Amino acid sequence: MTSEQIIEQTRQAVIDGDAESSRKLAGSWLEMGLDPLLLINRALTPGIEDVGRLWEEGEYFLPELVAGAEAVKTGMQILEKELSQMKNPLSETRRVIIGTIFGDIHDIGKSLVATLLRANGYRVQDLGSDVHASRFLEAFQKEPADLICISALLTTTMIGIPDVIRIFNEHSCRSQVKFLIGGAPVTGSWAETIGADGYGADAVDAVRTANRLIGKIQ
Amino acid sequence: MNNINPQIYLLTEDDIHRIIDDAWEVLETVGVEADHENVLRKAADHGFRMDKASMRLYFDRKKSESIIQNVPASFKLYDRDGLNALTIGNDNVYFDPGSAAVFWLEPGLTTIRRATSRDCIELAILTDLLPGYRIQSTGVVPSDVPEDIADSIRLLFALSFCTKPVITGTFNVNSFAIMKSMLESVAGGSEALKNRPLAVFDCCPSPPLRWSHLTVSALVDCAVSGIPAEMVSMPLAGATAPVTLWGSLVQHTAECLSGAIIHQMFGPGSPIVWGGSPAAFDMRHGTPPMGSMETMMIDLAYAQIGRYLGFPTHAYMACSDAKTPDYQAGMESGIGAVLAVLGRINIVSGPGFLNYENTQSPEKLIMDHDACALAYRLKKGIIQRPDDHPVDIICRHAIDGQFLADQTTRRWHRDEIDPPGSTIYRKSMDDWLRDDRPDARQLARKKLETLKNQPHSRLEENRLQSLTACLMEACKNKIYSDSIKLHLERYLK
Ligand code: B12
Repeated sequence: MTSEQIIEQTRQAVIDGDAESSRKLAGSWLEMGLDPLLLINRALTPGIEDVGRLWEEGEYFLPELVAGAEAVKTGMQILEKELSQMKNPLSETRRVIIGTIFGDIHDIGKSLVATLLRANGYRVQDLGSDVHASRFLEAFQKEPADLICISALLTTTMIGIPDVIRIFNEHSCRSQVKFLIGGAPVTGSWAETIGADGYGADAVDAVRTANRLIGKIQ
Repeated sequence: MNNINPQIYLLTEDDIHRIIDDAWEVLETVGVEADHENVLRKAADHGFRMDKASMRLYFDRKKSESIIQNVPASFKLYDRDGLNALTIGNDNVYFDPGSAAVFWLEPGLTTIRRATSRDCIELAILTDLLPGYRIQSTGVVPSDVPEDIADSIRLLFALSFCTKPVITGTFNVNSFAIMKSMLESVAGGSEALKNRPLAVFDCCPSPPLRWSHLTVSALVDCAVSGIPAEMVSMPLAGATAPVTLWGSLVQHTAECLSGAIIHQMFGPGSPIVWGGSPAAFDMRHGTPPMGSMETMMIDLAYAQIGRYLGFPTHAYMACSDAKTPDYQAGMESGIGAVLAVLGRINIVSGPGFLNYENTQSPEKLIMDHDACALAYRLKKGIIQRPDDHPVDIICRHAIDGQFLADQTTRRWHRDEIDPPGSTIYRKSMDDWLRDDRPDARQLARKKLETLKNQPHSRLEENRLQSLTACLMEACKNKIYSDSIKLHLERYLK
């Protein structure tokens, strides 16, 4: 197979949501000694953009979107092993930490947001649900991120979000990161009041706002 | 008098058996997670397989069936004064406003805002004044009080301004004790509350197959104190449960069976309702639609299963995903109300709800009241009256056509033909033009205005004081204790 064929097929694998092919093709790419970044930029990223476009056009539904994101993820996992030995521009920027706030186990919306962010090229660390403020900080201190995404579905738990921002302030990390928040009881004006940087009404809006806050991936 | 008692069935008996068989297989093989040490211990005492580290319980069918065999098929729910018992079960269908909306849609507006204490009170008063709602709910979450007592304080307002029994639930593990003490103070002690329950507590398992600490605690607390519990299992087909309606029903059945087993281990014979808030996940927008036909089909089918197993039933129906009380809202809520009645679902939470359970709208509550009335009319069916000899009547008026003047018309028209509700316009076009072309929302607002001028119920002073004392006791060591006192004084005036 030529490198051009691999690129074409990998892009198609993402569009088809075919994680197995994506993994195999990424493996063949590395075996041929080619630059992993090239496959990311020419196949995985355009592939997921195609998926996003098909979704926006109404052709694709969430399961196709999730399958596309999975295909990108499996391809990335193979390529990243190689990338980590090189200077990796992806690991330096656009890293996202996401979680549902402490006391709250609603995680469906949060997981959707994580999936769409991933599908749009962000490297997402999902801390799950019921996440204490200190765990957001720990994750950040372990590996810095550009964006902290917090979800809350209960009026009783949303008040935990300002605690996360406060704890980042107390540890002088606030200026290094943006906060994007969402969930049914959260509103744009409340996000402003508590000093978050952005609010997303749904998963697509979350990607849009993330792009605005920390720059869209090329 | 004969009456065919119109009903709807989505499953055959054979279907029901297959779904229940599969649910038992799920419970025996993957089991459920129950985040509560006492529950794990109790299950082990009953000889159930248990894995402490993963908090998983495995329920084998034979043993389980003997534990849940004493679930009452019906129970009575009383009003604040221990009167007007409603039987929850059998063929009875009772609507109550959808519970725990975070937002409130002010009449006439199109933008929502966070709900407040004033809205809790308005909802309680409206429910009290609307006779078609025989049960109330703690339907909105007030944003102007400390979050950790928001669940309790909404119950306080509900009990203070509405006599009807109440569907409620906790947001915190600690709240059950506070809310129970409030109910006891109103009912006149714990025995009185047990004998004449006036509230039902929602307990929601997390799909798939998980009883969180909060919900399993509520389940156990209800079982022990004899307060009716309502399992609100919510498979989201395609998101947190199999995408097929059938598969979601298997999961729903497994979650409810597991809840009933846990509940009955702690309170054999305690009342428990087979309920839910499932949704067929919207695959484009990632939302949990309450008004979709597939959602309502899951509701009807699980209620059929619950009934078959001998439980009273509940569903979130007669609600909508629309953002304002518009055509979509009417269509979804009206269809839901009719289907819920045809499915003989005993407690139907939903009226007033918009925006998938997130918004409560007083205008819509009024409109839904009319929709529920239409559904109730259908339930009555077609009846042959004792003196109804159609051939005679037709012969009498075959020539003059004056059926309006016939004595049977006068005798039966009120029983046969319900007058339209206040938001249903049946007058002529000319009248409509003269009336300034009102639409349903405007008619609802007009009705709201008249209701506002009506006297409403208020808990008498001594009971109000002991009710408030229960809440103040819970706030005793909190920094907001004084401000809550002022808040209550202001709103309970
Ligand atoms: C499913 C559900 C559950 C499931 C959750 C399962 C799970 N794995 O997540 C279970 C059964 C566990 C559950 C439990 C409870 N629930 Co619940 N639940 C819901 C329900 C019906 C749907 C939520 C959902 O998944 N929506 C679908 C997703 C895709 O939408 P979403 O979460 O809003 O996310 C979207 C946006 O908000 C946004 N978004 C979300 N997160 C983020 C984050 C960022 C960074 C951004 C940018 C955007 C964003 O994008 C998402 C995708 O479009 C809602 C009603 C509702 N419509 O919201 C009630 C609801 C949230 N629950 C409610 C309640 C009361 C409870 C319980 C307290 C009930 C009880 N007494 O047991 C418990 C609490 C448990 C706990 N400690 O968390 C109330 C909340 C009222 C309140 N006080 O705030 C609601 C509103 C229902 C109601 N009206 O009664 N619940």
